[in-house]
Amino acid sequence: MAAKASGPIKRTFTPWDDPSAKPFIQFENVTKRFGDFVAVDNLSLDIYEREFFSLLGPSGCGKTTLLRMLAGFEAPSEGRLLLEGQDISGVPPHRRPVNMMFQSYALFPHMSVEGNIAFGLKQDRMPKADIDARVAEMLRLTKLEPFAKRKPHQLSGGQRQRVALARSIAKQPKVLLLDEPLGALDRKLREETQFELMDLQQELGLTFVIVTHDQEEAMTVSDRIAVMDHGKLVQVASPAEIYEFPSSRYVADFIGDVNFMSGKVSAVTDGGVEIRDDTLSCSIAAHLENPGTKVGDDVWLAIRPEKMRISLDEPGDTATNCVSGEVWDIGYLGGVSVYHVKLANGNVVKSTVTNQTRLVERPIGWEDKVWLTWPHDAGVVLTA
Amino acid sequence: MKKGPSLFNVVSVTLGFAFLYLPIILLVIYSFNSGRNVAIWAGWSTKWYVAMVQNQQLLDAAWVTLRVGLLSATVATVLGTMAALTLVRHGRFMGRTLFSGMVYAPLVMPEVITGLSLLLLFVAINFDRGFWTVTIAHITFSLCFVAVVVQSRLVTFDRSMEEAAMDLGCPPFKTFFVITLPIILPAIIAGWMLAFTLSLDDLVIASFTTGPGATTLPMRIYSAVRLGVTPEINAVSTVLIAVVTVGVVAASLITKRQEAERQRAERLAGAAP
Ligand SMILES: Nc1ncnc2c1ncn2[C@@H]1O[C@H](COP(=O)(O)OP(=O)(O)OP(=O)(O)O)[C@@H](O)[C@H]1O
Ligand SMILES: [Mg+2]
Repeated sequence: MAAKASGPIKRTFTPWDDPSAKPFIQFENVTKRFGDFVAVDNLSLDIYEREFFSLLGPSGCGKTTLLRMLAGFEAPSEGRLLLEGQDISGVPPHRRPVNMMFQSYALFPHMSVEGNIAFGLKQDRMPKADIDARVAEMLRLTKLEPFAKRKPHQLSGGQRQRVALARSIAKQPKVLLLDEPLGALDRKLREETQFELMDLQQELGLTFVIVTHDQEEAMTVSDRIAVMDHGKLVQVASPAEIYEFPSSRYVADFIGDVNFMSGKVSAVTDGGVEIRDDTLSCSIAAHLENPGTKVGDDVWLAIRPEKMRISLDEPGDTATNCVSGEVWDIGYLGGVSVYHVKLANGNVVKSTVTNQTRLVERPIGWEDKVWLTWPHDAGVVLTA
Repeated sequence: MKKGPSLFNVVSVTLGFAFLYLPIILLVIYSFNSGRNVAIWAGWSTKWYVAMVQNQQLLDAAWVTLRVGLLSATVATVLGTMAALTLVRHGRFMGRTLFSGMVYAPLVMPEVITGLSLLLLFVAINFDRGFWTVTIAHITFSLCFVAVVVQSRLVTFDRSMEEAAMDLGCPPFKTFFVITLPIILPAIIAGWMLAFTLSLDDLVIASFTTGPGATTLPMRIYSAVRLGVTPEINAVSTVLIAVVTVGVVAASLITKRQEAERQRAERLAGAAP
């Protein structure tokens, strides 16, 4: 994604591809049950030192529960949790080198903003002058200087979120767990804070595990993203990999916008497949990443809307990777326009076009007959 | 359409308040009576207040009551807070229902029975009755009031604040004193005030459990009245009413303010996703 490249520091950091690299945090077959309910289901995950790791998933899929196990507030029902190779099951929360920013902020209502931020530093018996300096630094970072003396109930939602953030990073722990740290901030402040977080993480060499609902945010800040569903990891990969090579329809649909075309495999060629569907006028030719696919399998082709070319003119070859339909709806998003094209079989396919010129009148209008084409390598063939 | 209060409403409210407060108002007014006879008004005077502070017996009784009240309220607050913490925090444990039932039983138990059973206990274990037995008896019955007040605060307490403190390196025991206690302190103070005023105006339980040398003020007043009401007693009662009123009003104000603050905090919290 372009957003990744716009980060302040570009780096090649892929310890997960290096078999000799030692994981920093390890979940080993961890299961967490609340009564009969399984919140985390036999999950194994390695997170590396200095990694910026994001957890993404729908509400209730167990993201907070994972963080709470790392922080020490919940014990795994089964499995082990290792930090730097040590089992941390018996270590109480106050002895773990892990700090957490709570989803509910959990600010101390009887302490001022300064008091909240200084709390963790005081527990370490840091000299007063150092505490003051660090608090001032945190206040500056989170733009909270004018509110230093206020109590939490005298702050707005976004300001309280920043206090919670400042409090959790003040101690500069080895591992920082952030449970939706930026949700209440407006877009501009959120983007600024994202970059501040990335800088901070780089500068101090910390390991961040962040939960977010905002996939764009996950794309921007993370080294790797884990997509969760019902207590299981569906895919763990770098933002670009997750976006371009999702492992299932669930992931493809969860991250970004996507078109699906279903069909049966009619032929397997060298590194590619041909997919046919009775309701489509063309056959689909695509690259094949999954070598186990056989003729006759039900598959889905996932294509991102920006990889669908839309045109008013009939292309030369209409037999493969080419469908036609009628413009059903146009979404103007400023930077791009999204064309919703209704095919003959009733499916709607989306195509995004960058608005490169300042055209008030778009060349393609409602109810125009258009052709959609895509190259062989534009989509991903998914079997699940 | 907004109607003013009807005649019926006005009459019933007036009657109700008269019923409740007329005796007390009369008592207060007659404590300023200059005559000896309580039933005949003979002009304003504060001489019975002077007589009151010169009456050694009354002063002794007041001193006993004050000591019993302070001590029993303090101990009951500590024990009641601990009971509330156990009930709210320790989810399900063996005998929880029984325990909560037992904590709240004295709330509905007739005072005569509480007093009598305590008396029987003290007699059985051969405990010399006096200051300490009254104090223990007062702790017993005011403890449950403290527990109720503190418990109602604890159920709305967001435990993630304690978790946050521990997460930042604060050990659990210290967390209780630097986070939990300061936040629930208003409820604890309200509980203490309630326990103190309950102890202050208790007659029944004190009569059962007291012994020589530990006559409380309500008991002294009661025995004095049996020999005939004097304006001096009215004066003492007026002072007592004032103290109890201040205590109860303060306790309810603290609880109210705390509730309002909590609601405001929750509203703010609700505004954030
Ligand atoms: N203490 C608990 N007792 C019982 N069930 C719980 C408890 N804590 C969490 N759960 C359940 O476990 C599941 C996962 O909860 P969790 O808080 O981890 O979700 P989440 O992924 O963080 O969701 P959200 O995005 O809404 O914050 C939920 O279905 C929740 O109801
Ligand atoms: Mg959560």
